[in-house]
Amino acid sequence: MSTEVDVKTLIIDEQEVSGLRGQTILEVARENDIYIPTLCHLDGLSEVGACRLCLVEIKGSNKLLPACLATIFEGMEVSTNTERLQKHRRTILELLFAERNHICSVCVSNNHCELQTLAQQQGLTHVRLPYRNPELPVDASHERFTADHNRCILCTRCVRVCAEIEGAHILDVMGRGINSLIITDLHQDWGSSACTRCGKCVQVCPTGALFDKSKIGSDHPKYPDFLPYLNLMREAQ
Amino acid sequence: MSKLKLATVWLDGCSGCHMSFLDMDERLIELAELVDVVYSPIVDAKVFPDEVDIALVEGAVSSVDDEKKILKVRAHSKVLVAMGDCAITGNVPSMRNPIGPEAILDRAYIQNASAQQQIPCVVVPKLLRIVRPIHEFVKVDVFLPGCPPSADTLHTALVALVTGAPLDIPALTRFGA
Repeated sequence: MSTEVDVKTLIIDEQEVSGLRGQTILEVARENDIYIPTLCHLDGLSEVGACRLCLVEIKGSNKLLPACLATIFEGMEVSTNTERLQKHRRTILELLFAERNHICSVCVSNNHCELQTLAQQQGLTHVRLPYRNPELPVDASHERFTADHNRCILCTRCVRVCAEIEGAHILDVMGRGINSLIITDLHQDWGSSACTRCGKCVQVCPTGALFDKSKIGSDHPKYPDFLPYLNLMREAQ
Repeated sequence: MSKLKLATVWLDGCSGCHMSFLDMDERLIELAELVDVVYSPIVDAKVFPDEVDIALVEGAVSSVDDEKKILKVRAHSKVLVAMGDCAITGNVPSMRNPIGPEAILDRAYIQNASAQQQIPCVVVPKLLRIVRPIHEFVKVDVFLPGCPPSADTLHTALVALVTGAPLDIPALTRFGA
């Protein structure tokens, strides 16, 4: 097969772009500096399409598709920022804020939080839904890290980094729907689990759900950008 | 042009938003050319006036008294501004929601009290079961997030509201800012 056939040309937001067969809309958009908001996506991890923030419109289809999973095809016409999508994105964020107890002002991730940043960026000034105020555990049994389920948005980045990159897979999801909970081992305390203490989960967590105990106040920026480099180095070996 | 009537209201919050308001410093003198502060914790008026042009409300609705107040403020204000995260999200006061008022009162006035262990029941208003943002009770016209919104944010917003200039709030502030 010639390489020519493998190149697809498409239109994203009225801009003509091209990508390779098998690439996702998100990959092609980012290569061309077209911004699509994401939350569960992280460069270096597999895609799950869980957060739905990257939903885009495809001309000729009334279904919205997650840009992180949908692959490009020849002649595809993608809109990434229509009024309808903006409305949906704000609603998704409102649902996330209403579902658990996100108190930005006293959160370790205040000013370093992807949820908080996205809310501001998407023009969210208040949540129209009633807050659920659930009673959720905080697991501080680990000597280095804490899991505060009040701030968890179930993006599963921590689960994926633990399984795919660290290879330990001690983190996973328990329960279904609104009762889902990130657990360590078979729902044992994090401190007594088989955790390797690598801390990758903390670095990839977009909110203050997983944090380093040695950080105080809200001085807790996270650095997940090591992932693509780590993958690259491993491939090179 | 006659001056607009400005009120500021303090529900369940730490007064930090009002501190931010005072932090406008010398700009308060300029603002005084445009508005009269007719009701506020920092002025003498005890009764909310019948007609207010702009009401800035700090704090969440936590007690029966807060609820009464916010309904009154809404009824007598043309523009109601939710000032700060407590008014908008419940924020810190709402952290008692998963626990419930009985357990909180018990911890504060019985378990942690060394003398006179009793839960106050006279004069102080009864707590609502759940602390809620003000827009769950009344229509809110402008939301100004922040904990607290900075003096610059308050100034920009107030000037825009008084002069009718466009106001891009997400460009100014956010939850927890």
